[in-house]
Amino acid sequence: MSIILPGAAQPPRTLREAFPANWTVRALWLGLALYVIYAAGILQITWARFIIGLDQGGKFLGRMWPPNMQAQKVQLITEGMLESLQIAVLATAFGVLLALPLGLLAARNLTPAWASWTARALIALLRTFHPVIVAILFVKAVGFGALAGVLALVVASMGFVGKLFAEAIEEISMKQVEAVRATGAGFLSVLIMGVLPQVMARFVGFIIYQLDSNLRNSTMVGIVGGGGIGATLFTAYQRFDYDVVLTILLVIIAIIMLFEVVSTRIRRVFQ
Amino acid sequence: MTGVPVSSVAHMAVGTGITRQWQRFTPAERLGRYAVYLLSAVAIIWSLRTIEVIPEFLYDAPAQTYDLFERMWPFDWRFWPTVLSGLIETLHTATLGTLIALVLAAPVALLAARNITRSVALNQLANLILVSSRSVNSLIWALLFVAIFGPGALAGTLAIAFRSIGFVGKLLGEAIEEAQTGPIEALTAAGASRMAILLKGYWPQVEPSFWSVALFRWDINVRESAVLGLVGAGGIGVALDTATSNLYWDQAGLVLATIFTVVVLTEIVTSRIRSKLI
Amino acid sequence: MTTAEPLARSATGNGGEPHVSPRDVVIRGLRKEYRAGQPVLIDVNVTIAGKGLTAIIGPSGTGKSTLIRCINRLVDPTSGQILFMGRDLATLKGGELRSARRTIGMVFQEYNLVERLSVIENLLCGRLGYMPWWRVFLRRFSEADVQRAFALLEAVGLGEMATRRADALSGGQRQRVGICRAIMQNPDLILADEPTSSLDPKTSVEIMEILERLAADRDIPVVVNIHNVELAKRFADRIIGMSKGVIVFDGPPSALEDRHLIEIYGGQGWLEP
Repeated sequence: MSIILPGAAQPPRTLREAFPANWTVRALWLGLALYVIYAAGILQITWARFIIGLDQGGKFLGRMWPPNMQAQKVQLITEGMLESLQIAVLATAFGVLLALPLGLLAARNLTPAWASWTARALIALLRTFHPVIVAILFVKAVGFGALAGVLALVVASMGFVGKLFAEAIEEISMKQVEAVRATGAGFLSVLIMGVLPQVMARFVGFIIYQLDSNLRNSTMVGIVGGGGIGATLFTAYQRFDYDVVLTILLVIIAIIMLFEVVSTRIRRVFQ
Repeated sequence: MTGVPVSSVAHMAVGTGITRQWQRFTPAERLGRYAVYLLSAVAIIWSLRTIEVIPEFLYDAPAQTYDLFERMWPFDWRFWPTVLSGLIETLHTATLGTLIALVLAAPVALLAARNITRSVALNQLANLILVSSRSVNSLIWALLFVAIFGPGALAGTLAIAFRSIGFVGKLLGEAIEEAQTGPIEALTAAGASRMAILLKGYWPQVEPSFWSVALFRWDINVRESAVLGLVGAGGIGVALDTATSNLYWDQAGLVLATIFTVVVLTEIVTSRIRSKLI
Repeated sequence: MTTAEPLARSATGNGGEPHVSPRDVVIRGLRKEYRAGQPVLIDVNVTIAGKGLTAIIGPSGTGKSTLIRCINRLVDPTSGQILFMGRDLATLKGGELRSARRTIGMVFQEYNLVERLSVIENLLCGRLGYMPWWRVFLRRFSEADVQRAFALLEAVGLGEMATRRADALSGGQRQRVGICRAIMQNPDLILADEPTSSLDPKTSVEIMEILERLAADRDIPVVVNIHNVELAKRFADRIIGMSKGVIVFDGPPSALEDRHLIEIYGGQGWLEP
């Protein structure tokens, strides 16, 4: 392509031509702004309430600080936290175990359509309800306590890990699977040698992610009777022992931060 | 992990010669893996032993479950107006909460992104904020805000917002760190100010991720908002709480069915929009 | 800065002008160590004339890219001076550095366009150094700038592509946009860091023609890093050869002989028989 010398006559072109007005986008922004005003009104979020709230907030923070470190409270908190940890560990272990076959079934490149569709529907169902709601149902079924919490989180784990697992399997290179099939290997062998190596690294990531998620969720299923530190926190809350509440919150944050460090290490091991 | 061997060849003396055996992992790797497996096994066994399972409740479970579902159906449709208004409130809470979170998370994400904020101290501070936000469940945030602002949707909206800051901020920060440096270099070389580089160099690259994360979080927030009412923070959870406290399971069933429908719908809508985004 | 400064003669000498004008880029004692004790540039002294196309050749890793990037401070020199337009670029900071940078246009090997923005918007990014950020946010570019941008696009044959997204263009087209962006800055100097290395031979020639024409039409120096010696010989008014962090050749293309190339690139096998 040769270079055209500047100076050839052209009609003047303007800013407007450079940035053609995108009316759809403008309409969306306007709609968003209007919505915010509308919704705030519906929810009665007024400036007055906010100011009052800030004042209350200050008082609230004052009652939370300093965090309560009495021996008997600390022991209660430790027990509660340990129970939450146990709930998280068990929920992850069983949830992941059950998610494996579920995810495999749901992968459209491995199983026939009717199987994968059923599995996908099941996964969607498991994910629909918030763990707290599932916990309420399990409390009705198996009574108060950690078991209900574990079962609720198993359901959540199956749903989430199952979905991630199915997506990971669908993204693998089928050529490698074909190659293993061509050697005459049976279905399970094909799985082990052709499919699993490709997804294993990501699978470890999912397990760690789910353990983290269950750790966070286990702190709250107690509010509805599912055991763990959520119960301790809720009791303290209802008694207005806000300094205990603060201690519990700090412990939760510390444990989760610790876990994030540990999980990076674990990921590296399985790299 | 450069420089670390990914598998090893072990030399073994066999008979009169030395043969080489292929091992899948180096000794260091194997040690690491065994350690993790061992720890996991210990954790699981310890948990199983200490968790309380009351056998009577367990045997009773199938009967209880059947009883539960029997009581839920047919739904009590007189409850519908309450459910509907609760639902609308939930949707507003989720949306407004997500929007507030986006606004609040953006500066924190900029602070956390190591290619934008060079100060390690600020990076750490931002990360601390984000982790704290994520570690506290929206339900617990709701408890706190109910104590401050009183029961109602204001508490719920702020709970959703504060919980979402961690999620949005973390993913946004990662998206910013993954921005290509080439265009940034070009704008720097042209003498653009920091703000101009942010607007024209980073934002165009980060924008698709921004909206994708926003939608993703909104989807999750709809689910989360639904339960906040259980602690008094408004929305459809209040209806659920009333129903379960009074053991009106047919009302509860209606609430659950509504939640189910809404969640499925939002998931369909968000996945459609997200696929059009890139 | 006074003008009558004695010129430091380089190794091979070029009978250079006795007077140095502020439009020349005077580099003195330039040194860059990425890691202590392992310098990439070793006491480089050279004066790049304030007009014409200067090509810097040499193998990878020899410091050519570092040298060019020191000029607009994308890399900070460890020590030394870079004198241009009455300022020592090596010591500038903050607002002064930005105002110096906006007078220096740069063309990159990987084009470095903002891919999701339109072609015309990429061009207008060349004006960012001259605008307050709120105008950038509102996209309030001046009409004059917009006219220039359109005119430049026409001049390089990309008029119809103005509102297309940058990532819809081919490599050669993108590089033309990159060059136009540099021109939008109304620069006093243009730096080009391997502008043709990602392009096929035909497109490479087109790009070098544009750069050559730029130097002539606008009467500004254009400094090009290039590893293709043939292109360098064909388009440059002056060639600087580097090897291992020092300048080993400085003269017109006609003076570049095989023995110089061996010194620069080492080994003989790659030279044509």
